[in-house]
Amino acid sequence: MPSPVPLPTPPLTTAESRLALAEQLLACDAARPCAEAVVEWLAHHAGAGACACLVREEHGEQLRCLASRGLSEAQCAALALVPEGDGHPLVEVLALAAPRYFPGPRPPLPVLGTGGWFAVPLGRPGVPPVGLLLLSTSGAALPKEVAWVAARVGPVLARLVPAESREVAGRGLLRRIIDAVADPVLLTDQAGRPRIANTRAEALLVAGPDASEGRRRAVELNQHVFARALASASSADGPARSTGFRRREVPLVDPAEGMDLLFELLSTQVVEPDGQVAVVSVLRNVTDLGRATQALGESYRRLRATEREARSERHRLDRVLDSVADPIILSDPSGGTVMMNDPAEKLFALPLDGSQAARSRVHSNDATFSSFLANLMDGGGSLRWRGQLSLVDPATGATLPMEAVASKVLGDNGELTGIVTLFHDRTEALEKARLLERVKDVSSQLEARVQVATAELAEQNEKLRRQAIQLEQASAAKSQFLANMSHEFRTPLNAILGYTNMLLQGVSGELTPSQKRNLTRIDSNGRHLLEVINEILDITRIEAGRMPLHLSDFAIPELLQEVMAELDPIIARSKLAVSTELGARLPAVHSDRQKVKQVVLNLLSNALKFTHEGSVTVRAEYVPATSTLTIAVTDTGIGIDPAHQEKIFEDFQQVDSSPTRAYGGTGLGLSICRRLATMLGGRVTLQSAPGQGSTFTLHFPRRARRA
Amino acid sequence: MTTSSTTPKPLVLVVDDYQDAREMYAEYLEFSGFRVAEAKNGQEALDKAFELRPDIILMDLSLPIIDGWEATRRLKNDDRTRTIPVVALTGHAMTGQSDEAKGAGCDSFVTKPCLPDALVDEVRRILATRGGSRPG
Repeated sequence: MPSPVPLPTPPLTTAESRLALAEQLLACDAARPCAEAVVEWLAHHAGAGACACLVREEHGEQLRCLASRGLSEAQCAALALVPEGDGHPLVEVLALAAPRYFPGPRPPLPVLGTGGWFAVPLGRPGVPPVGLLLLSTSGAALPKEVAWVAARVGPVLARLVPAESREVAGRGLLRRIIDAVADPVLLTDQAGRPRIANTRAEALLVAGPDASEGRRRAVELNQHVFARALASASSADGPARSTGFRRREVPLVDPAEGMDLLFELLSTQVVEPDGQVAVVSVLRNVTDLGRATQALGESYRRLRATEREARSERHRLDRVLDSVADPIILSDPSGGTVMMNDPAEKLFALPLDGSQAARSRVHSNDATFSSFLANLMDGGGSLRWRGQLSLVDPATGATLPMEAVASKVLGDNGELTGIVTLFHDRTEALEKARLLERVKDVSSQLEARVQVATAELAEQNEKLRRQAIQLEQASAAKSQFLANMSHEFRTPLNAILGYTNMLLQGVSGELTPSQKRNLTRIDSNGRHLLEVINEILDITRIEAGRMPLHLSDFAIPELLQEVMAELDPIIARSKLAVSTELGARLPAVHSDRQKVKQVVLNLLSNALKFTHEGSVTVRAEYVPATSTLTIAVTDTGIGIDPAHQEKIFEDFQQVDSSPTRAYGGTGLGLSICRRLATMLGGRVTLQSAPGQGSTFTLHFPRRARRA
Repeated sequence: MTTSSTTPKPLVLVVDDYQDAREMYAEYLEFSGFRVAEAKNGQEALDKAFELRPDIILMDLSLPIIDGWEATRRLKNDDRTRTIPVVALTGHAMTGQSDEAKGAGCDSFVTKPCLPDALVDEVRRILATRGGSRPG
């Protein structure tokens, strides 16, 4: 920017002031400062009241006021106007190329006091003047200084003005160039209000007064977005705001078509000649680029995902393949192995440190597999091939019967891309089949044996059945025999006991004490024998089923009275306190009265027999919870050791079974009691301890059921 | 052992095929003040009964020729002997025999072995219940 040169001070001589002006003019690189310097100098050195420096525009006969002194702007502007036709004083001066004095008022020359105006063409004589100097003077003589200045400044302006004209012309060109730029370019103030905008920018950001409502709105929106982008650009960059371009993405709307457009905003701040800060913005349409970028990003992401998926798929596949216990081989179309899983490697991969035998076995396996594959490839269109291969275990040399299933892997266009072969070891299956065969054999043998055994069993059953019948008959015969025996026993016994009884009664005369003692022994032994015979007969009858149940309703108290009455002679002979106790609410009983009575009789007579002193109590009670009656005979006798308590219920058993036992009885009484109780649906229990007496209890249901 | 001197001694017909028993009972009955007649089988028992018209008959049931049940049935079906009480004697202790004996017309039933004194007690008991009704 040119700055005003310091003014020469008044004491300078004419030569010095000319020199200073000349230097000043040399330093000028623009027409206006040059003209201003000249106007200033004339005011100081040529006594000019008012003056102006005007130059001709390149095109047309128009004048431009470069600098003036003592004239208003309007007066200057009036000078610049060139009326139509002749008569303009300045045009005449320019045309004549000679200084001229206008003494009186001559429009459009301003009227200043009483003086006239000198118009002096600029430039050397003979050269078309580039402009002219206009001075108000008091006299008609041209000051020497003015002529000198005009001659000096003429060439300078002639050099500078055309350049400025070009510059002006250049502005038009620039405008056309800017308009030709496809990107919107505009100069705005800091708030984004456009000052200069090219066509594209106007299309987006400027709405004329005759624009449609839709366009106005779109433009309004765009302006708003653009202003905000600018504001954020200037505020966000802070200290760096004065340097370089700032980029922002600005989404705008195409007001004509309503399409969404994406622009990249490049803006930079400039300082205008008037010192105001303005912003130059270039908007680059990146809509397609944005779309492309987006699509590219998407593709990339998809690619990465696909790649990841493929990788994990591959891992999974590897794991699956290795986890399969059966060998799997993937071959290429020519039969070369692409990959195999671990089990397959054991069969087909050469062992690193294997023996020669192992190697040859692997080769043998390879050969077998190759011929199998060859079969598949010769097999025409079939996609699958199944075959039985006999492979060898490289490690052991054992034969491995294998079933191989090979499948062709076809590409998208149906071309062969590989072959997957899956082997299945059939050793186990064959072994199973062999075992099944054996099992079948054994099973049929077994079946035959079972048939034989069944026949034998049937025969045995038949034998058993006959034996059972025979046994039954034998049992019946035994019972009959025993019944007869008892009869045969009784007949002589009847005579023995009878005669003894008669002798003891003195039928044959008086007896000596010794005779009487001996006869008494015959009598007691005979009676014992009779008792034994009777009890054997009872057991025989029970076991032969010849002692049926005779069920009837009866009352316990009366039954006990009868028992006491029957045993009264024995009770009377003993020194025991014998009593009966009846429990509350004894119900009537439905059972076999004779058998209940026989049991109670037996238990009570036993108690009397084995008790020397103390008491015997018969207690009858009813247990509602089990609908059971109990008749307990408690004595204060010798008691029974627990070790013997079970034994005494067996046949012919007494605690003391020695021949010299102290107590009489057959040893069959309790055995019979137990049998009778069982027939009644009950049982006989014992509670006792040696020296503490015994309690025998008959338990039987209130209502007996017929067996 | 008291016997009435004013009334004739009752006649007891003892029927038993087993001699020892028959004679034993006979001896004891005589010892006890009865007159005694003996028969060793059913036929003989019928003959003696019709002939002697005893006051009471002791009848063993197991007898040859005609058994005791049959003999008793015939006695009870004959007007001459219908009223004579019959005491059955048996060594068969099996149940049902007493019922059968009563069905045949026996008035009493005694199981052997039966001591002579017990038998005499039974004879006296029966005669006492029949005493007044006996004809002649």
